[in-house]
Amino acid sequence: MLKIAVLYPELLGTYGDGGNALVLSSRARQRGIEAQVTAVSLDDEIPSADILLLGGGEDGPQRQATFALAKNGALAQRVNNGAILLAVCAGFQIIGTSYEVEGGLHVDGLDLIEAVTTRGEKRRVGNLLTRVGERWLVGFENHGGETQLGDDEVGLGVVSVGAGNAKRAASGDVVDGVRRGRIYGTYAHGPVLAQNPWFADELLSAALGYQLEPLASVADELHRERVSAVGGVEASSLNY
Amino acid sequence: MTTRPSLRSGLAVAALKLVNTASRRLHLGQGTVAGGRVALRIDPHVLRRLARGRRIVLVSGTNGKTTTTALVVAALGGATTNTTGSNMSAGLVAALAADRRSFTVLEVDEAYLPIVAPLVNPEVIVLLNLSRDQLDRAAEVRVLTEKWRTVLHQTNATVVANSADPLVVYAAIAQMDSKVVWCDVGTSWTLDARACPQCTEPLDPVGSWRCDCGFAKPDADFVLGEKLLGRNSEVSLRTALPGAFNRSNAALAVVAAHQLGVSFEEAAQRVASVEGIAGRFTLRRLGGQVFRLMLAKNPAGVAALIDLVAATSHMVVSINDFIADGLDPSWLYDAPFDRLRGATVWCTGSRALDLATRLHYDDVDARVVSPSEIPSRVQSTEPIDIIANYTTFAEWLEVTTPC
Repeated sequence: MLKIAVLYPELLGTYGDGGNALVLSSRARQRGIEAQVTAVSLDDEIPSADILLLGGGEDGPQRQATFALAKNGALAQRVNNGAILLAVCAGFQIIGTSYEVEGGLHVDGLDLIEAVTTRGEKRRVGNLLTRVGERWLVGFENHGGETQLGDDEVGLGVVSVGAGNAKRAASGDVVDGVRRGRIYGTYAHGPVLAQNPWFADELLSAALGYQLEPLASVADELHRERVSAVGGVEASSLNY
Repeated sequence: MTTRPSLRSGLAVAALKLVNTASRRLHLGQGTVAGGRVALRIDPHVLRRLARGRRIVLVSGTNGKTTTTALVVAALGGATTNTTGSNMSAGLVAALAADRRSFTVLEVDEAYLPIVAPLVNPEVIVLLNLSRDQLDRAAEVRVLTEKWRTVLHQTNATVVANSADPLVVYAAIAQMDSKVVWCDVGTSWTLDARACPQCTEPLDPVGSWRCDCGFAKPDADFVLGEKLLGRNSEVSLRTALPGAFNRSNAALAVVAAHQLGVSFEEAAQRVASVEGIAGRFTLRRLGGQVFRLMLAKNPAGVAALIDLVAATSHMVVSINDFIADGLDPSWLYDAPFDRLRGATVWCTGSRALDLATRLHYDDVDARVVSPSEIPSRVQSTEPIDIIANYTTFAEWLEVTTPC
């Protein structure tokens, strides 16, 4: 039984974030793997799960979720014990060192990764396309943050279209999100796994401990269409 | 420019009429927005001046604005109004310049309500609902709720508010003289109120919701059940328009008209016969097939329509991603499409593949078609429902003919 836990959907579920749990559980079930999705509310214990999902949210709810997670303390422990964590948009900011909200207030993050987020001059709204190894990650970003990763951190992908973290990393690239072991972070908000079935399978494979075979579906067509729509012919001629 | 204010307003209105007539003759548009823009350029105060001395009702909210505006107009027995759904400043200016009847009923974009309300000094403001909508171009819904609060705190209008929607309640309780008529007309959407709007602690916004911080569902002045019940009144409410949400819209329209002196019975009778506003819910023909056109542009809108269509075996859902639709269809994952399981859904529009993927993950039979293939591939002896978001709804209206 694959256990997927969605953390605080009442606070971190601004724009279709529940879609990621749906995509993961559906792709597991289609391969005959039983999957269970649990919504974890503010008052609940953080359960031991194979995959933990942290979504996006507005400033106030983001702060409240951060306080609750910091007080609870169990998230780091769950990840150390082997859970996969996908943190999207505000969720990505939460797992870092600190972030800045409207009014210039700096909020301490959970410090699972070294990343300092400040508020940029303008909001970044639009398509986001990044190169992740041999693959494209395509999605939509809508955030006011600029995130500087620590020197030892690695971005999830290198930005091709869009802003991503909007700050140059130690490598000299502009990267999006973060990848450290079992932790994945990205500014591609909401149901990012819907447009990137390979990424959903990568998370599932990591959680299960073995490499899943590809699973053909309409989602593959969607992925190709979005990569070519956002990145143009040049992107679509490269490996998906 | 040192032109006198009244002269400048006169000039602005004359220019508006010229531009709108020209734009209609040249088939450039419905002839409401372009002229309004010109008038506002000539006289930025033209909206305030045109509104002076009128008895105005404003209708705002995320969903149901156009329909409810038409229902209020009907309930009042006619009024000056912005029938074409042009609901930002330019469209309002055009509507006011075109006509001056005893009452004026204006649909106002929810983000424009804070700008428009202080300018036009409304007698009644009808607040329908608030939910997530087009986050890439509009404010997040809680930010919008705070802006509503600020403007409602400053208004002396009577607020007719849906007391079942926690975000509407949070905004309306700010009305400075507590002139709020609470109408419990229900809601089928609670995803945006799972955290208390006042303190952001978890809230279960069902039934008589109450948060530990004291924020609670107000005692209703009107409750919509089998009938529309008031403290000292009851009236039967029937609508020609389909769906529970349209009955809720009609109830709010009846209460709003009553605030302006129309009897409940008269108002209820007048709204009962309203149908097919701006093409919505109307039967249209394309080739040999009859379709029923419906507009939904956000999760709450889809949720409201799904009850209507869930019983049918075939339907079309059409999703575009142009500016007016929102560039990002992530919201599809917030809509309860799982309730269409068992039906065949024909997916079309510029984001048909996003929709088909969304449906696939909830085990709904989804088939992608181009719009031109629909008449040959989607056929039934019954009317087939089309749920379309903003720009694709307009396209469907264009390619189909009235039955």
